[in-house]
Amino acid sequence: MIAVALLVAGKDLRIERRSRVLLWQVLPFGVMALLLCGLALGPSRAGHSSAAPGLFYLVVVLVALLMINRSQYVESTPGTAASVATLGLDPAGVFLGKALALCVELWLTGAVLLAGSVLVLHTALQGTFLALPSIVVVLAGLAAAGTLYGALTSGGAGPATLLPVLCLPAFAPLLIAGERSFSAALYGGALWQWWLVSLCALVAYLAAGILLYGVLQES
Amino acid sequence: MKQLAQRLLGPGTLVALGATLWLGLGVTPPDRVQGDLARLVYVHPAIAWVGLYLSFGTATIASALYLWRRTRSMTTDRIAHCAMEVSLVFIVLTLVTGSIWGRPTWGVWWAWDARLTSTAILGVLAVGYLALRRANDDAQLRARRSAVFAVLAAINVPIIHFSVLWWRTLHQGATVFSPDRHLRIHGLMAWTLLLSFIAFSLAYAWLVRARYRLEVKREASVGETLESALTRRRAEGAR
Repeated sequence: MIAVALLVAGKDLRIERRSRVLLWQVLPFGVMALLLCGLALGPSRAGHSSAAPGLFYLVVVLVALLMINRSQYVESTPGTAASVATLGLDPAGVFLGKALALCVELWLTGAVLLAGSVLVLHTALQGTFLALPSIVVVLAGLAAAGTLYGALTSGGAGPATLLPVLCLPAFAPLLIAGERSFSAALYGGALWQWWLVSLCALVAYLAAGILLYGVLQES
Repeated sequence: MKQLAQRLLGPGTLVALGATLWLGLGVTPPDRVQGDLARLVYVHPAIAWVGLYLSFGTATIASALYLWRRTRSMTTDRIAHCAMEVSLVFIVLTLVTGSIWGRPTWGVWWAWDARLTSTAILGVLAVGYLALRRANDDAQLRARRSAVFAVLAAINVPIIHFSVLWWRTLHQGATVFSPDRHLRIHGLMAWTLLLSFIAFSLAYAWLVRARYRLEVKREASVGETLESALTRRRAEGAR
């Protein structure tokens, strides 16, 4: 399962490195969204607002939705699904591989957005570092849930518009835990309790994906 | 016997709903604190029971049965679909009747309360389920995907149930039973409340049955239309 996961993750990351969609389309969109959030707050409030963690995760969700659609689009190109079925790869391994690739992409995007958050929304550097373990887990959880829900919508009518309807309720526990722990890291509070909540959600989505991804891949 | 029960389901539901209305509005006394507003207790909890537990539960169990290879059939998929549609109607009614009670009691139609919000999310999930079904034309693929989604969405039901214990909420805790399992409502009020649960459960069964029969006819008509179109084209080709 692990070997299959690494194989699939390597394939997805290579496609992303060669196509540079992440670099030239997704990242600029994320940075633009973050700048717009700063503009919406206004110059007097952008540096002092307690909304910064929430705005960071809002941009992360927008970017994640684009990346999940992209990740599923790669699989829906003609012949790909048939090739994967012919190879007889373990569906759990395929799920883990796709989730891992998406996770790495989200971590990279998250690093850029965090730097942007420090620059544009003036979040304290020390607090941001303290929030890093929680952000890492939340982004991994978004990748796991996104891969599972992305597989639900791929190939149907209007997957790009259907995905947010299905995904956002599933993202809710991760986003609440992420925002609360980021706020706790910046302004004080129950940082590790919320980190634990996001870790539980990550484990739940990984387990659900390992169990159910095979059903979605049946032909 | 089965046929007789099916025939009596509709009239039985109407009689039970009528009796609930009569007892709830005309016979039971008003509450000492809340007055006539408390009469919503004969509607709101029963509707919530059907929407959140009975109907969504049926959809989840039918979906789980579909996912299990031994019990996989289009019948379970159809039951899940019909139950989810009815569940959505009852979830919306739960939110509406809750709002009608909330406005004079809390002063607002809507509060960012854990139970209200999680119930609204369940409604969105039910809409998502129906949207997912419409997005897939292939019957097997549609059934598989919607079954997976329904099972995942069911995680929200225990969250709704325990939300009044896990968070500090405006919504009151258990109304019918106290934490030590003692009945909090007595006499005619308790019997009317019990009747309301039976009446709305019967209404649920009636609606799901009617929707199921409609779905079977719809599927047959789609197949028939396709078959007649093919026959027409063949006839055109033969000319």
